[in-house]
Amino acid sequence: MPDGRLMEACQMSSKPRIVITGLGLTAPNGNSLAEFRANLLAGKARIAIIDVRHMGRHPAGVCDFDATKWQKRKEIRIGTRVGSISIYCSREALGDSGLDWDKVDKSRVGVYLGITEHGNVETENEIHNISQFGNDTKYWTHHHNPRTVANNPAGEVTMNMGITGPHYTIGAACAAGNAGLIQAAQMLQLGEVDIAFAGGVSESIHTFGIFAGFKNQGALGAHEDPTKASRPFDKNRNGIVISEGGAIYVLERLDDALARGARIIAEIAGWCINSDATDAVLPNPERQTECVRMALKRAGMKPQDIHIVSTHATATALGDIQECTALRAVFTDCPETKINNTKSFIGHCMGAAGALELAGNLPSFNDGWVHPTINIDELDPECAMPGLVINQPVKVERVNAILNNSFGMLGINSALIVKKYGVA
Amino acid sequence: MTKEDIKQVVLDIIADIAPDEDLTTVKAEVRLRDQLSLDSMDFLDIVMELRKKHGIEVPEADYVQLASLDSCANYLLPKFQAKSGK
Repeated sequence: MPDGRLMEACQMSSKPRIVITGLGLTAPNGNSLAEFRANLLAGKARIAIIDVRHMGRHPAGVCDFDATKWQKRKEIRIGTRVGSISIYCSREALGDSGLDWDKVDKSRVGVYLGITEHGNVETENEIHNISQFGNDTKYWTHHHNPRTVANNPAGEVTMNMGITGPHYTIGAACAAGNAGLIQAAQMLQLGEVDIAFAGGVSESIHTFGIFAGFKNQGALGAHEDPTKASRPFDKNRNGIVISEGGAIYVLERLDDALARGARIIAEIAGWCINSDATDAVLPNPERQTECVRMALKRAGMKPQDIHIVSTHATATALGDIQECTALRAVFTDCPETKINNTKSFIGHCMGAAGALELAGNLPSFNDGWVHPTINIDELDPECAMPGLVINQPVKVERVNAILNNSFGMLGINSALIVKKYGVA
Repeated sequence: MTKEDIKQVVLDIIADIAPDEDLTTVKAEVRLRDQLSLDSMDFLDIVMELRKKHGIEVPEADYVQLASLDSCANYLLPKFQAKSGK
């Protein structure tokens, strides 16, 4: 019987190649890739202090994109915050892609967006709303159901852009950004669509429940300086800074992209999603290791071929150590492999995290700089890894491939590998 | 509360729920749907805002009475007067 892994590698190589041809994003420290990247290289975090209902003031990553750039005010009022994030990112990605939108067959376009959760914001708002009216449900908004159906953010994109192909969200906890991209790549390989808008989005800061949940779990980050509240790998890290954001990519089959003369930003090389099957919140480094190794196998790569590992680490006491344990098992004798973390700048953008963290590293293919993980005043010895880029960016000889880790609750692990286009 | 006051109440609500619309040229006798981009969910918003802000209930069978500013004023005047005791 043929080896299963060999079969998977063969299947991967026989499928159409998938490339990234556009990107739009909003992060707490940037509303375009150029702005985001400049702040990552300059070491500029941007975390605000916000009033959280029932919770008081907490650090959070807040996006300040102009929603009216692509939406009418009525659309914004009727829709959701994450719908606006999704539309902004998708429209920006379209512009970046150079697609002639009027000539695109909209029935052959799909929208696949990763989300950590959806509906909590609107539900909490309505519970608060009717509490002002004696909890009489006749004051509950009729907009509640369209706002809270799980496909909402992707559906708002289709309505705004006139897309008539498939749309849905992929619920994958904090692995969702990678999961959205992987889903899109698979749908393109299957021939279900010709163009995909894919990535991850989050409006998490607008729900107190996520703050309260992490707080009571002992995993909500805090610091007198909010820009230092998110500090993965630091010995004194104390938890997650919750953020909103989005990153949405235009994906196409390579042949289609070449045929229209598209600028190719990167190629999707391989991926894996697996499950810990052990604990709801505590990560399992063995499964993470297996996930990364399978992604490498499917990409036809060795650990030494990866020049940047974009870590998932969220600044929780145990989670960071678990990921470092997993990475040390894979990346032995890899002198060219650099390791960084984006949450130290922008907090944890939940469903958007993986997609944003990949985005901030993509320019490394061309400029040769690796942005650091910041806010490490004292490196936790248990998080020490060769190649960890601490506090200052480093210039490297080459960046040909990036491994993007994203892990989530209920033990979902995702590893996505993208490579510089044109590199064997 | 006069009919003109009620028309302004409705226009203020519409200004909130349809912020992109130019309300300066709305004709009182013409159906709102024929001159503004309003759908059934928007009319439910009008009903909800009348309930929340003014304590006025509009039963579903009477939604048709909200077709124009004139019909709104005719229909809502007794309700507002009943609320104010006049």
